[in-house]
Amino acid sequence: MRMDIVIAGVGGQGTVLASRVIAQAAMDAGLAVRTSETIGMAQREGNVTSHVRIGDPLYGALIPDGAADVLLGFEMAETVRWLHKLKKDGRVLANSARIIPVSVTSGRSTYDADSILDFLRSNTNNLTMLDATELAIRAGNYRATNTVLLGAMSTIPGLPFEAEGLLSALLATIPAKLRDINSRALELGRQAVEVL
Amino acid sequence: MTRKMLLMGNEAIARGAVEAGVQAATAYPGTPSSEVFSTLARFAREYDYYAEWSVNEKVALEVAAGAAYAGARAIVSMKQVGLNVAADPLMTLAYIGVKGGLVLVVADDPGPHSSQNEQDTRVFARFAKLPVFDPASPQEAKDMTIAAFELSEKLRLPVFIRPTTRSCHVCQDVTINETGPRNRIGFEKDPSWVIFPSLAYKKHKWLNEQQETTRKIFNESPFNKLELKTRAGIITSGVAYNYVREALDMLHMEVSLLKIGTPYPLPDEPVLQLLNNTDRVLVIEEQEPVVEDQVIAMAWKNGVATQISGKNDRLVPREGELNVDKARDILMNYFGLTGSEKFLAAIGDSQPAAGTNGTTAAPERPPLPERAPILCAGCPHRASFYVFKEAAHRDAAVFTGDIGCYTLGVMPPLSAMDTCLCMGASVTVASGLAAVEKDRKHVAFLGDSTFFHTGLAGLVNAVYNNSDITLVVLDNRTTAMTGHQPHPGLNRTATGINEKHIDIAEVARAVGVEFVREVDPYDLAAAREAAIAAMEHKGVSVVIMKRECISIVKPVKKCTVDHEKCIGCKKCINELGCPALMPDGDKVTIGNTCNGCHVCGQICPVGAIGEVVL
Ligand code: SF4
Ligand code: SF4
Repeated sequence: MRMDIVIAGVGGQGTVLASRVIAQAAMDAGLAVRTSETIGMAQREGNVTSHVRIGDPLYGALIPDGAADVLLGFEMAETVRWLHKLKKDGRVLANSARIIPVSVTSGRSTYDADSILDFLRSNTNNLTMLDATELAIRAGNYRATNTVLLGAMSTIPGLPFEAEGLLSALLATIPAKLRDINSRALELGRQAVEVL
Repeated sequence: MTRKMLLMGNEAIARGAVEAGVQAATAYPGTPSSEVFSTLARFAREYDYYAEWSVNEKVALEVAAGAAYAGARAIVSMKQVGLNVAADPLMTLAYIGVKGGLVLVVADDPGPHSSQNEQDTRVFARFAKLPVFDPASPQEAKDMTIAAFELSEKLRLPVFIRPTTRSCHVCQDVTINETGPRNRIGFEKDPSWVIFPSLAYKKHKWLNEQQETTRKIFNESPFNKLELKTRAGIITSGVAYNYVREALDMLHMEVSLLKIGTPYPLPDEPVLQLLNNTDRVLVIEEQEPVVEDQVIAMAWKNGVATQISGKNDRLVPREGELNVDKARDILMNYFGLTGSEKFLAAIGDSQPAAGTNGTTAAPERPPLPERAPILCAGCPHRASFYVFKEAAHRDAAVFTGDIGCYTLGVMPPLSAMDTCLCMGASVTVASGLAAVEKDRKHVAFLGDSTFFHTGLAGLVNAVYNNSDITLVVLDNRTTAMTGHQPHPGLNRTATGINEKHIDIAEVARAVGVEFVREVDPYDLAAAREAAIAAMEHKGVSVVIMKRECISIVKPVKKCTVDHEKCIGCKKCINELGCPALMPDGDKVTIGNTCNGCHVCGQICPVGAIGEVVL
């Protein structure tokens, strides 16, 4: 069983934590795993990606273009920026919330939300969108957006590990005082997809 | 007992050192190397070894060398450009040698992702005549660390591990083993520890002989693997091996493959075996043609006629990093598969989703917003740059910059940086500019950790030579960019609380700076006043902008815009560029990343921005 997952977002959204949690859950299920993360300058609100590769045969950690089974988009424009990683009929779980960069607020660049959304809709066969940021705020902190998306991911059919594995890996990774918020966020993410 | 843990390559190297019985660890932080030492610092008590964040890489290498002279196993880590700072001790340490194993972890950053250049440490290793390991994965990085300690003691030479971003910041399920025994400590006095011209000549000869000894050892190394299959061969090193393997599988191709884990000195036996059994060979490696040039030399020396391709005939790029897609293109090009039906059939099930770069006609992707990294919301550096820009009548003054988060001050709308070269160069470049362009103001910006790293020498130089510059120390009480490491200005070392710290203002006064002022950049009026006075001062002036990096403090306030009052002038957005400020119709709104610094509130002409205590 193999699964390649690309996580795309903005520095500060917790993409690194998300890829670690998925990797840990896969490892706990006895699967070989590799991740590659963006650490360094881009973590200051730049565009960041994490790659998670699960199962044999395991090559390097970087997923080739057109090969990802799942694209987990933490921000709408970033989801589109990395859509070329997705294989045909691959699944996209995307946050509908937007983070408007300073390049746009100060008029040096544009964020045409409608055409970006149209493009995303018309170029994916398997798209699920949810306002993960809003759900995170409801869970107690906007910073739990990554956890909401992990919750959404736990519903994917054919995950190579049990959905519960994600929760236990998450709880083992974060500080005790954040456990309540994150458990709630994970649950809200899961429900949001199930009711769709 | 063995078990598995999910470890990042850098953590795996640290674990390897612990298992090898490391006794001393030193480092200066730098992406992508920093986690090697932060991990070692975390385990220093449990496994009882010495660990220090050194003030710079030269110091780190020398401290580690001292420990290794006494017989300790020592590890020192840094990023590729850090090795330039440590080059002086390195080049002679290769002559002197060590007693305990000394492993130098130098992380390269092809791309580059977080660096000012793409220099290849394998070239440096060859220049210094020291062995180097090139890991393809975290597991291999760990195994190589243990092997490097053993090799270092066998050869009595420092040994390099050269991971790259894609082995440093890659996580893998890594096998954890028990820790091994420790070396006995005891420095033995001997004239051979004292370099001297006559000794240098002898040692140079010895060092040259060690190259061949190492090559023989590497001929037996498990990190080099040869699979002979066809009359065409590929040689690949480090992480490029993973890309080549996957690309070959994608193309359903079988070729003879030599994986190199020890690029210098290159083992001749597997290389010659491959050359003698193939008609042509392609070398695929990242960065410089280190393996390729050695293969060419070996073929020439041994009169082998196999055709050798790679970077020298421009089939493999020398800039940027490789990945599977690039490796596939290189292979297709080399084997003449470009655009062939065969290839399209081969990739079959892995075609990209339509409309991206797939084959089906699809709507063109709309333009996406530019998203370059910028200073965090509430970053104190933003206020410091803002104040100096305002005070300096920006166009006249030249702002020299340095290496750290504050390099991001170059981004619009602040655009507050005119030069950036390397660690510590803000103050020295300003001195040089000021020496020849006397009618202009020159303001140098550097961080607190950079001040101690190499800025201090530049400051002493400026005072001694009567330079007319202003040095702004952006003192955010941490080394932010690389992950918040401590430095000599704090009451904290790598392993715990420190009794003393070194006060930057006192240091500046002690070296003879007559104008020294410490201000909080969040207090714009006071900061502006200090900036104006500092620039008016003739001679060296120092302004210390003291305020914690927002990512090490918990925000207690948040700001909001009163839409009744906001006149929609967008001055806050256009002049500060804080990512929490967003246009909201004609007005401005503050988003949830706000840290309540209230700098925007101080520049709002109508006082529309207020604070809310969280
Ligand atoms: S107070 Fe203003 S400048 Fe400071 S973080 Fe909040 S929005 Fe940004
Ligand atoms: S991490 Fe700290 S120093 Fe770096 S940009 Fe953010 S607030 Fe500024």
